Amino acid sequence: MTPNRSRPSLHTRWENLNKRHRDTIQGYLFIMPVILGLIIFTIGPMIASFYFSFTKFPILQSPEWVGLDNYVKMLTQERYFWQAVRVTVVYAVTAVPLGILGSFLLALLLDQRVKGIAFFRTCFYMPTIVPALASAVLWGWLLNPHYGLVNAVLSRFALPTSPFLSDPKTALASLVLMSMWGIGGGMVIYLAGLQGISQQLYEAGRIDGANMLQLFRHITIPLMTPTIFFNLVMGLIGAFQYFTGAFVLTGGGPLFSTYFYNLMLYERAFKWVQMGMASAMAWFLLVVVLLLTLLVFRSSGMWVYYETEVK
Amino acid sequence: MLSQDREVYYGLRDVKWRQRPWDGVRMLASYLILSFGALIFLMPFFWMVGTSLKEQAEVYTFPPTFFPRVIRWENFPEGWTHPNTMFPLWTANTLWITLGVMGGVLLASSLCAYGFARLKFPGRDFWFMVVLASIMLPGPVTLIPLYILYQRIGWLDTFKPLIVPAWFGGGAFNIFLLRQFFKGIPMELEEAAIVDGASRFRIWWQIFLPLSKPALATIAVFTFQGVWNDFYGPLIFLTSRSRYTLALGINAFKGMYHTQVPLMMAMSWLMVIPMIIIFFLAQKLMIRGVVLSGIKG
Repeated sequence: MTPNRSRPSLHTRWENLNKRHRDTIQGYLFIMPVILGLIIFTIGPMIASFYFSFTKFPILQSPEWVGLDNYVKMLTQERYFWQAVRVTVVYAVTAVPLGILGSFLLALLLDQRVKGIAFFRTCFYMPTIVPALASAVLWGWLLNPHYGLVNAVLSRFALPTSPFLSDPKTALASLVLMSMWGIGGGMVIYLAGLQGISQQLYEAGRIDGANMLQLFRHITIPLMTPTIFFNLVMGLIGAFQYFTGAFVLTGGGPLFSTYFYNLMLYERAFKWVQMGMASAMAWFLLVVVLLLTLLVFRSSGMWVYYETEVK
Repeated sequence: MLSQDREVYYGLRDVKWRQRPWDGVRMLASYLILSFGALIFLMPFFWMVGTSLKEQAEVYTFPPTFFPRVIRWENFPEGWTHPNTMFPLWTANTLWITLGVMGGVLLASSLCAYGFARLKFPGRDFWFMVVLASIMLPGPVTLIPLYILYQRIGWLDTFKPLIVPAWFGGGAFNIFLLRQFFKGIPMELEEAAIVDGASRFRIWWQIFLPLSKPALATIAVFTFQGVWNDFYGPLIFLTSRSRYTLALGINAFKGMYHTQVPLMMAMSWLMVIPMIIIFFLAQKLMIRGVVLSGIKG
């Protein structure tokens, strides 16, 4: 066919490879973007920031090795480090459970087959499509102590008003309140979970004489635990990186009462350009999030129910 | 006994209303609760509409008015062309970044997803696990070295740090989603194409992509939302005013003219309205995505 049979063309050499080798080469070609992406934008930077965390690195000079200095300083001398940890933890242990509870109850309420239910679902979901920045701007004005709608409504019904974001005692709670506006996102996930529960299970329970509360306790809750687990893990990871609301509305104040960990990290890296210290802070965050995720996963054996599991 | 049985239901679902006297009451109660809740959740939107149409003086009255005394449509053109702001340019910048990211995400994630879903090779599952694990990684850990890198190669204050990474993989979550979708496409289609001599690349382009339009549309919508809403990324990588995105621009406006609340609210609509439109368009798309997840006949 081809004149020079002794030197097969690239094409015929490719044809002569067996399927396994061809699949390997093609497979790696297909996933090449993500492999490169992981190396350039994830793994490489992780190694670099681990190294930077042991250096003094004002961005314009080159890094200078200082050993464990950053970590020691961060944990013992940094004035607002533990404050930032406290604020972030308080936010995580209030906003995340409240969000889970709220969105789960909302999903139960919206899991009905009545006229107009789609309209109600849309109403509760709407807030989650508002960009974080627009939402912060809007809430800043809603919670304005003097001219905001929330205090106006409170005083209309003769309830005590609140200084909200302008007082150290209430600022963090106000951010938690703001986060509750977005529970529609979790609601949709729970709703999908609820609708996936087979009606036959309820029928079977009913035949065995269970009442509604028992059906809820022994069928709905166990079958929803995987969904709750997913939302818990994602919620915690998100809460530990909370940023926009505090940055836009309070800047960490008043009196550092909303000084979130990520806000501290941002100021350290991009305002004070202490890249070494900021890297140490980022690694501390990574380790804490990792440990926490591990803990939640470990605990999941005790409370998360998987349908395929034989007990 | 039978009517007793009917009372056992879960979450009010699957109940035929008006069968028994109590059902009517129950329905009324749930409508009341739902309406009250919906009103609370929508109230901020109404408040935003009202505020964005008020006169400057009217926002600083107590008790605040809910409906503007005078409706002032001029707030929108005035905000759009306000001195020291560049809302037209910021909108264009945001759109440009969004399109750039979207192109990268759709191409890269579908390429990778095809490799993970349809080719067998050593190391595949390992890399897939690495991809999934990267979802959990907190951003700040990689952010600082990347910032330094971009500073060294002169990418700071350009759109490149925001767009280029999307072309390398297109996001772990999207790869995962498309891989699931691709696994549902019948093997026979692909085998037939191979017998006819089509290359893997051609199968991806001419069979998998067209069949995955619903899934791709879903990813496009999520990506659009993500980029449009992003504040942290632009905040770190963009510094000149002429490079700002809408999110940065509105934040800057808030910093400079924090008393001009009606204009600020009017401009916030710039960010919110496209999201509302996308949501109502995409609702249909996503449902279709579920329905069309297989081919028939």
